Amino acid sequence: MQHRSHINFPQTLIHSQVKMAEGDLKLLGTWPSPFVLRIKMVLQQKGLSYEYLEQDLKNKGELLLKHNPIYKKIPILIHGDRSICESLVILQYIDENWSDIGPPLLPADPYERAMARFWAAYIDEKFVGSFWGILKAATEEAKAEKIADSFGVLQQLEGVFKKCSAGTGKGFFGGDTIGFIDVTLGSQLSWIKAVEKISGVKLLDKTKIPLLMEWEKRFLAIDFVKNTLPNVEKVVEYGRLLQATTWKVTPAK
Amino acid sequence: MPQEREKQMEETVKLLGTKGSPLSHRAEVALRLKEVKFEFLNEDLAHKSDMLLRYNPIHKKVPVLVHGEKPIAESLIVIEYVDEAFEGYNILPRDPYERAMARFWARFIDEKVIPAFWMSCWTDGETQKGFIAQSKETLTTLQRQLEGKRFFGGDSIGLVDLAGCMIAFWFAVLQEVAGINLLNEEDYPVLCRWAEDYCRVGAVSESLLDRNLLVAHFASKKERIFATKAPVYD
Repeated sequence: MQHRSHINFPQTLIHSQVKMAEGDLKLLGTWPSPFVLRIKMVLQQKGLSYEYLEQDLKNKGELLLKHNPIYKKIPILIHGDRSICESLVILQYIDENWSDIGPPLLPADPYERAMARFWAAYIDEKFVGSFWGILKAATEEAKAEKIADSFGVLQQLEGVFKKCSAGTGKGFFGGDTIGFIDVTLGSQLSWIKAVEKISGVKLLDKTKIPLLMEWEKRFLAIDFVKNTLPNVEKVVEYGRLLQATTWKVTPAK
Repeated sequence: MPQEREKQMEETVKLLGTKGSPLSHRAEVALRLKEVKFEFLNEDLAHKSDMLLRYNPIHKKVPVLVHGEKPIAESLIVIEYVDEAFEGYNILPRDPYERAMARFWARFIDEKVIPAFWMSCWTDGETQKGFIAQSKETLTTLQRQLEGKRFFGGDSIGLVDLAGCMIAFWFAVLQEVAGINLLNEEDYPVLCRWAEDYCRVGAVSESLLDRNLLVAHFASKKERIFATKAPVYD
């Protein structure tokens, strides 16, 4: 199943149109994957035209196996004859290869860049371990542990946002425009909400993480974010399917 | 030179590390390649200092680079920081695609090569056979990246070489202690030649612990590692 996704970018970006003629951009992904969603967001933010190719991970296609023979995973960005894998590597490639168009994804200051990389890695590690861990938990005890972990992660990120925005009043981790941490965390939002619905636990609680909830509102107001994040009910359905089939977990009530 | 830069160059640099830890080694080599003056603070991982816990509360691990008052943790992130904050030697390539490839292979080493080899050392029976097969595959894949090059970074060492330091120096030590023979000249001639060349680079040899000490260290911890499978550098 494929669909073309052409974003019309304004006349002021003629330069990038010329650069794009050097090679097509293709993104191989699956619709629920936060690792894919963040790539879509950044490509749109940069105003880059790309072809999106939905993959069937149970029946991996030739293109996927050819361009990511090592991990056989998505996302994969194909730029002309180049293949780039691993979402955070792809994001930095997009940022650096098209540094002259659109807002920068990573800040200019080396220390702030290091912090952005550190927290993005932390978010991904914890998302897989803690949030998905809630859905994978086989016992009430295991579930409670993962829930506590997840609250801890959100509290930690609340602190990070406070520090990032201290005194600047900026709306995003990246400042005035969304950056590396914003897309890494933001791409997980549909899943976090799906986890809430499946497990019956309110994680996104404005009494506990007020700054993050304000950030979430601003993030979701962005057009290309709205267009990209999947419908939460669809993700809930998919999450339940994974529980039943892949993880073989009978959801604890 | 702009004032900001001048200020940055004057700020003290401390590296909280552990001699004998490959992750710590990566950060140390990065600083030496850039000819940055730094103070090495050796951490006793059995009794972590207040400074370490303060500067790396999330992971509580080495290495932690402290530049002025700014702490940076996670070895690959430290390397990129050093490359960007200090002038001189290019640790990462300048081309965006080459940089993406360097980052990819550095992660491949961390996620695939090292874990497979480590587990090959500290398991037995059928489990070990499985890890050895995995390890051989990852080493073969990695070796291919050296085709036609002296180092992964080209003519001089770069991010991937630093990431691969454990392969270049520690693997031989580990396999000796564990009694296996995985990384050898016969099976991996190119990788072994690279390992020798890597260890001979000035900035690297200055950062390596004496081999005999490392062998003695792992030999003394062998049982504990076999039981827990966790790395032990204390």
